[in-house]
Amino acid sequence: MQDLSNADCIVIQGSNMAECHPVAYQWVMEARLKGARVIHIDPRFTRTSATADKHIPIRAGSDVVLLGALINHIISNELYFKEYVVAYTNAATLVSPEFQDTEDLDGLFSGYDDEKGSYKQDTWAYASADGEGDESPGTIGGPAAVHEHGQTESERSAGEQHGSGGPALEHARVLRDETLQDPNTVFQILKRHYSRYTPEMVADACGISVDDFHYLAEAVTENSGRERTTAFVYAVGWTQHTLGAQFIRTAAIVQLLLGNMGRPGGGIMALRGHASIQGSTDIPTLYNLLPGYLAMPVAGLHDTWEAYLGAIANKEQKGFWANADTYAVSLLKAWWGKAATAENNWRFDYLPRLSGAHGTYQTTMAMLDGEVEGYFLLGQNPAVGSAHGRMQRRAMSHLKWLVVRDFNMIESATFWKDGPEIVSGELVTEDIETEVFFLPAAAHTEKSGSFTQTQRMLQWHHQAVQPPGDCQSELQFFYELGRRVRELLADSTDERDRPLLDLTWDYPTDGHGEPDAEAVLAEINGRHLTGDKAGQPLSSYTEMKADGSTEGGCWIYTGVYADGVNHAANRKPGREQDLTALEWGWAWPANRRILYNRASADPDGKPWSERKKYVWWDEEQGRWTGHDVPDFVPDKAPTYRPEPGTGGPAGLAGDDPFVMQADGKGWLFTPKGMLDGPLPTHYEPQESPVRNPLYGQQSNPARKVFPRKDNLWSPSGGERGSEVYPFVFTTYRLTEHHTAGGMSRWLPYLAELQPEFFCEVSPELAAERGLENGGWATIVSARTAIEARVLVTERMTPLVVGGHTIHQVGLPYHWGVGKEALVSGDAANDLLGVALDPNVQIQESKAGSCDIVAGRRPQGEALLRLVEEYQSRAGSTVMTGNVLVTPPEEESR
Amino acid sequence: MDPKQTFLSWPVVRQVRSGDFLGRGPSVTSKRTRELTPRTVTADRVVQSVCPYCAVGCGQRVFVKDERVVQIEGDPDSPVSRGRLCPKGSASEQLVNSPGRQRKALYRRPGAADWEPIELSKAVEMIAQRFVDTRRRTWQDHDEHGRPLRRTMAIASLGGATLDNEENYLIKKLFTAAGAIQIENQARI
Ligand code: SF4
Repeated sequence: MQDLSNADCIVIQGSNMAECHPVAYQWVMEARLKGARVIHIDPRFTRTSATADKHIPIRAGSDVVLLGALINHIISNELYFKEYVVAYTNAATLVSPEFQDTEDLDGLFSGYDDEKGSYKQDTWAYASADGEGDESPGTIGGPAAVHEHGQTESERSAGEQHGSGGPALEHARVLRDETLQDPNTVFQILKRHYSRYTPEMVADACGISVDDFHYLAEAVTENSGRERTTAFVYAVGWTQHTLGAQFIRTAAIVQLLLGNMGRPGGGIMALRGHASIQGSTDIPTLYNLLPGYLAMPVAGLHDTWEAYLGAIANKEQKGFWANADTYAVSLLKAWWGKAATAENNWRFDYLPRLSGAHGTYQTTMAMLDGEVEGYFLLGQNPAVGSAHGRMQRRAMSHLKWLVVRDFNMIESATFWKDGPEIVSGELVTEDIETEVFFLPAAAHTEKSGSFTQTQRMLQWHHQAVQPPGDCQSELQFFYELGRRVRELLADSTDERDRPLLDLTWDYPTDGHGEPDAEAVLAEINGRHLTGDKAGQPLSSYTEMKADGSTEGGCWIYTGVYADGVNHAANRKPGREQDLTALEWGWAWPANRRILYNRASADPDGKPWSERKKYVWWDEEQGRWTGHDVPDFVPDKAPTYRPEPGTGGPAGLAGDDPFVMQADGKGWLFTPKGMLDGPLPTHYEPQESPVRNPLYGQQSNPARKVFPRKDNLWSPSGGERGSEVYPFVFTTYRLTEHHTAGGMSRWLPYLAELQPEFFCEVSPELAAERGLENGGWATIVSARTAIEARVLVTERMTPLVVGGHTIHQVGLPYHWGVGKEALVSGDAANDLLGVALDPNVQIQESKAGSCDIVAGRRPQGEALLRLVEEYQSRAGSTVMTGNVLVTPPEEESR
Repeated sequence: MDPKQTFLSWPVVRQVRSGDFLGRGPSVTSKRTRELTPRTVTADRVVQSVCPYCAVGCGQRVFVKDERVVQIEGDPDSPVSRGRLCPKGSASEQLVNSPGRQRKALYRRPGAADWEPIELSKAVEMIAQRFVDTRRRTWQDHDEHGRPLRRTMAIASLGGATLDNEENYLIKKLFTAAGAIQIENQARI
């Protein structure tokens, strides 16, 4: 975070950092005081824009066009950081001649499977050094790749097959052309792919003038290179799209070309939204992951331990993922202790299997189908916070039992009596058979534990007081639940209950029944199980073994409890340390603050410049050293070259800085892993008033859609009926509220500061629709209609896109309908439908189509009739927006 | 003129004497203000903590008196936040002490129009029972090709992202051992 102050230019896009991460924003301001250029690219003018050198308004969802044009500008004007690009990225690597680009196929890549609506990735593979026809499981992502065989048996288009850190590649026998001239090099493919992403295209698609584009391009390229670095900052303005992961990939390409990755004041800063949202991905409460980004096993792909190991940890690939077997065995040992042995494959068979995507939206739909009986809500309020609130609430009414654990009586706990569907008569309280338990939760001051903040840093919070009344931590609740479930099953002889009964579930508790959080942290960190060190904490994940002699619940966190010291509680004051502040908290992995920081030195190990010195090779000591923990084998010299074919960390050359990638290089082109294409490509949002100006293909052909009557969409881009929902809406949050309001709408200060739901509209749109500042407006989407106070403001700019004026409506999403909060109101997320990014299954909530009219919305049945009337005028059917590949007759329109 | 007031207590002179040139500090404080003592001074102890709202992770100091949180302030030691808190972080004392906060377990019967009180331990017992029953009833051993599944698709969870790592760890561990795979989090939203 502090490192942002080292940047010479900061581009904030997809984030309103000043208002949503206010205290972190001081580092941007500090950079600016030191002379850095700050540019804010966002549909709205916000306090971030007000404090930036320039605000560039953009049409929501068109970011790939802008960033793609930046890539084109950098390549065609030869502004890339040549040495960095050749040495540290896969620019010089040759791709299979069978690869076909979206330029060749009008918006599709080779390998698209019409029936499945997904890609087969084999033609995206690197060309093989062994020549064509190599059928050994050898080529990187090649035709014979183990993964791909498995994938044909299962739903291919789900992101759950890979944990993270990139997919396993089978080895690193690649062909390279360091002159970058071969037409099959990644570099040349990149150049062709973005050749039509021009400043004029940006003007046409994003509503950004050619002058503004040049301002951005000059700022970014002038502030990159040996002496200078540029940082990108994003938040959910990039992730919440049907191609959100690709938005971020586009920025990664820009940063790799400019040589800004792994360097001080560079990189891409992901601003995550919640105290431990990073932590809940690392130690995931997510369906597709096990702790430390290990994949959950998938039926048909990982039926056996050998198949699983082959998929997660190929010993022939380079980098630290090659040791994933040691991470997985240590995890299984931590969970099943003595019951996990080499003979029983460490109880791999105890793990349940996935069979497709089981994300929160799929689960919601399964509830509607009556397949889910019990649901736990743990400090989460989907009735307000998830897309398509109506679907969420209706889904919960199908549950047999629901457990809500929260501080306050949130809308998800009261939907059965106070929800909008009760008011509209769609649901009747007496008919809802759901049994509901409300259990009050302990606050952060009432329990000890660690949060992982946005830059992967764990910080311990100490218990200050006892929780009041029945309030309990999740730690205590789940420990207790586990204890009771095990008691109920104690006499069971059923084999299916063994995983629960064999589970290590024995934590010391205090006098109030609260488990010792440090004991849990120690298990997460891991320990030696045998030898002289038996019982001692591991100090690094490199100590983990695949022979059962170590255990550890989350390998990337190993080291946080090294030497039996809780390093998350390290608190040496910042003013007594340098900017990196290594003795405050602990960042994974290995307390490293900037990832891939080997790239801050040149291939010979010398800093690229004195000004941007960070980590370098100390010739005398024969070690890497610097201001941070080097992200490299500490004593591997820059000149080290492995024997060809060496796998694992030893396979990384002394100048392969991207140590988690299977070839040690930064990936401009992803030969494997991204489900919707190896290069980011502009597609329009699921709902868009605009036709894709670049390709016949309108939207991401691999996006996840759910054609259902309760999930209708507006027609897009000039299709008949699209004029019924002519405006773009985008959702966002405010400084004074937190997500769905569970932690803010019940607090007098915060409720008073932002008491009411409002919508932001431009004076032009207000004039067009007769909206008055302070008056009411009704906003209608293909799902529902909501009402909000009107804020007429020049912060919203009408943009000219494709020759038409596009108006955007801004909606903060913190309020919900209920009777318990100090402030309530309609929920903006009710307007959203469910369409997901295929890689990460995140919903598109940053861009949708709507109409806006003056006045309050109708109540009760009349509301339903209004929504239906719009739907029928637009001619929306179940298939509207849900045909994945755009049919040719529409392309021509 | 009040005889107790001297030339020295004239506002301008007061301002100059106290160095409060903008007239926003000690020269203009009221008697009441002067007699107030900050809660931070009378606290029994101060505990280092972290803001529970966003992922910046600002340092907090929690002031405790008589086993109650009386004030929460920014921690100047934190190299990330350097003592600052935004409106949410500054309001976190109210998160803990707000009168609207739920302190008792509640239960709603199927079809009932309202809540009823319930003993916490009884509630946990009932939940454990339902957990076991649902799991037993909906267990999937194999898919249609005979490949192992070992799971239930009838128990799901959605967590907020302000839970501790240690809590997430126990949740993931218990659910996975129970074969409940639909564990999700704000991180996907
Ligand atoms: S004080 Fe504000 S900026 Fe800091 S962590 Fe809390 S919510 Fe985030």
